[in-house]
Amino acid sequence: MSIESPRAAPRKKLPLKERYALLTRDLDWEPSYVDREQLYPFTRYEGIKVHDWDGWQDPFRLTVDAYCKYQAEKDRRLYAVLDGFAQGQGHLTLSDASYLNSIKLFIQAVTPLEYAAHRHFAFLARHLEGPAPRFAALCQSIDELRHTQTQIHTISNYNKYYSGFHSWSKMHDRVWYLAISKSFFDDAMSAGPFEFLIAISFSFEYLLTNLLFVPFMSGASFNGDTPTMSFGFSAQSDESRHMTLGLEAIKFLLEQDEDNVPIIQDWVDKWFWRAYRLSGLVAAMMDYMLPKPVMSWKEAFELYFEDQMLGGLFPDLDFYGIRPPRHVDDAIAEKEHLSHQVYKILHNFSSVAAFTTKTPDHVHLDWLSEQYPGTFDTYYRPTWEKHQRIEAGGGRMFFRGLPQQCQVCQLAISFTEQDDRRKISFRRSEFRSETFHTCSNGCKWIFDREPEKYVQAWLPVHQILKGDCGGPTIPDVLAWYGIQTGDNGEYNGSPDEQFWRAWHNPSLRHGE
Amino acid sequence: MNAAHRQVSIDVQESEENRVLIEAIEADNPEVTIRHLPGLIKLQAPGQIVINRESVEQRLGHEWETGEFQLAIVSYTGNVSEWDDDQIIVKWEH
Repeated sequence: MSIESPRAAPRKKLPLKERYALLTRDLDWEPSYVDREQLYPFTRYEGIKVHDWDGWQDPFRLTVDAYCKYQAEKDRRLYAVLDGFAQGQGHLTLSDASYLNSIKLFIQAVTPLEYAAHRHFAFLARHLEGPAPRFAALCQSIDELRHTQTQIHTISNYNKYYSGFHSWSKMHDRVWYLAISKSFFDDAMSAGPFEFLIAISFSFEYLLTNLLFVPFMSGASFNGDTPTMSFGFSAQSDESRHMTLGLEAIKFLLEQDEDNVPIIQDWVDKWFWRAYRLSGLVAAMMDYMLPKPVMSWKEAFELYFEDQMLGGLFPDLDFYGIRPPRHVDDAIAEKEHLSHQVYKILHNFSSVAAFTTKTPDHVHLDWLSEQYPGTFDTYYRPTWEKHQRIEAGGGRMFFRGLPQQCQVCQLAISFTEQDDRRKISFRRSEFRSETFHTCSNGCKWIFDREPEKYVQAWLPVHQILKGDCGGPTIPDVLAWYGIQTGDNGEYNGSPDEQFWRAWHNPSLRHGE
Repeated sequence: MNAAHRQVSIDVQESEENRVLIEAIEADNPEVTIRHLPGLIKLQAPGQIVINRESVEQRLGHEWETGEFQLAIVSYTGNVSEWDDDQIIVKWEH
C-alpha cells in the first residue's frame, strides 16, 4: 500500500482572450460625476465619428504582466549584446569608422523622435475613450521611452572613441538637416489625436518603418554593429505591435462611420508623403553611408513598399473605400533618384553638419551602377567622378551658400522633375500675399491644404538669416549648434579616420 | 487580386531558438518562401501564415507561449487576424 501525497490542484490558467478582457476592458468604468465630453475633450473636433469604442480589437491581447515579462526579456538579451560588444572592443571590428556617420545621423534625427512618440502616446493613453486603445497607447508610450533609452545606451559607447555623438539632443532642436525629422513629429503632435494615430501609427509605422528599420538594421549587422542591430530589431519587434495598433486604428475608424472615410483618406495622402520625404535620409544612409551595403533603397522600396504595401495592404483597404496614397506614383518614379539626391545634399553641406562624408570610391560607384542600371551612370556617376578628380588634386567641394528649403518637408529644394531629371522641382504657393516654396507636388498639396499651419514652419535657413542662430558667420552658427572641431566636413583625414587607422596599424600610434 | 493570393510576410531575427520556430512555420505553411538577409530571415507566403504553438513546442522540446513570438518577430505585413493561446494567424482580410 502506498500513500499518495496530496497534490496541489493545477493552477487554472484562463484563456488569453478572457485574461485580456478581465485585465483590460473590465477595469474600465463609466464616469459618474463628469460627462464623457469633459473627461475626453479632444476626440471630437477633428470630425471623426466613433459610435462604439468596444469595436476596437487588439489582436495582441496584451496584458500588463505579459507585457512586462516579454519586454524584460528583450532588454536582457539586448544588454547582453551591448556588454559583450563593449568588453570585446567591438567598435574595432566595424567594417570602417565611416560607417558611424550613419549612426550619428540616427541618434541626432531618430532617437529624439522616439522620445516625442513616448510623450504623445502617453497623451493618447489618457485621452482615447476606449480602454483597449488607451492601454495599447500606454504600452506604446513605454516602448518608445525604452527605445530612447536603449539607443542612448548603445550609441554612447561610440562617444568614447568617435566625434559627433556628444550634443545630439541640442542639435536636434537647432541643426538644419535635423529640422527634417523634427518638423515631421512637430506636425503630427500638433494635430488632433486621430490624425496623430494615422500619421504615426499607420502611415509612419505600418506603411514605412519597414523601410526605415529593417534593411538598415540588417546593414548595421553586415557592417559589424551588432549593438545597433540588436536595439534596432528589439525596437522593431515592438514596432510590429505598433504596426498592429496602426492597422487596427485605421480599420476601426473606417468601420465606425462612412463619414470618416474622406477624412482618413486625406490623412493617408498627407502622411504618406511626409513620411516618404523623411525616409529620404534613410535612403541616403542605405546607399551611401554603409561601407558594406546590403540592399539598395530601390530594392527595399520595391520589396517593402510596392510589393507588401501597395500589393498587399491597399487592396485590403479598398474594401473600405481607401485608395493608395495621392502622389504615390511620384514616389515610385523617384525610387531611382531619391538616395542620390539626398546624399548629394548631405555631402555638399557636411561642412556644417555633425557628421563627415566622403565621395564614394570606384568599388562603391560600381555597386551603385549595378543597383541603378538605368539611371546612375547618366545622372549621378559623372558628378561623383568629378568630386574624385577634385579631391585627387587636393581639393574638396563644399557648398558655401544657404540652400532654399521646402516649406513642408524642410529638405533643401534639390529634387528633380519626373519628366526632366536635370531640372529642379520647384513649386510656388501664394498665401496672404506672400509666396511660399515647396519641393514637389506632394509637399505643395500639403501646404495648400493647411497653409495656416505651414507658414509657421521654423526654417533653419530663414532663422540664420534673421540672426536667430548665434550670429552671421559659419563659426557663429556652428558654435550655436554645438558642433566641435572634428565633427564635420570630409571623412578622409578627419580625427575619426586617423584614430581608426592608428588602432588598426600599431606603428601609427602616438609615440611609437 | 484576392486575399488568398496576395503575399503576407513575417521577418524574424536570426538566432538558434528562432531557427526552430522557422522550421515549425515552414512545416505548417508549405507555400512559405524564405529569404536570408544579414541578421534576419524573411518568410513570405500567399494569403496567410499560421504559427501553431504545438508545432513549435514539438521541435523546441519544452513549453512555448504564443506571446513569446514577440521576442522573435522583427516586422510583418498582413493583418494579425488571430492571436490566442494556440495559434497566431497573419492574413489579408479582404
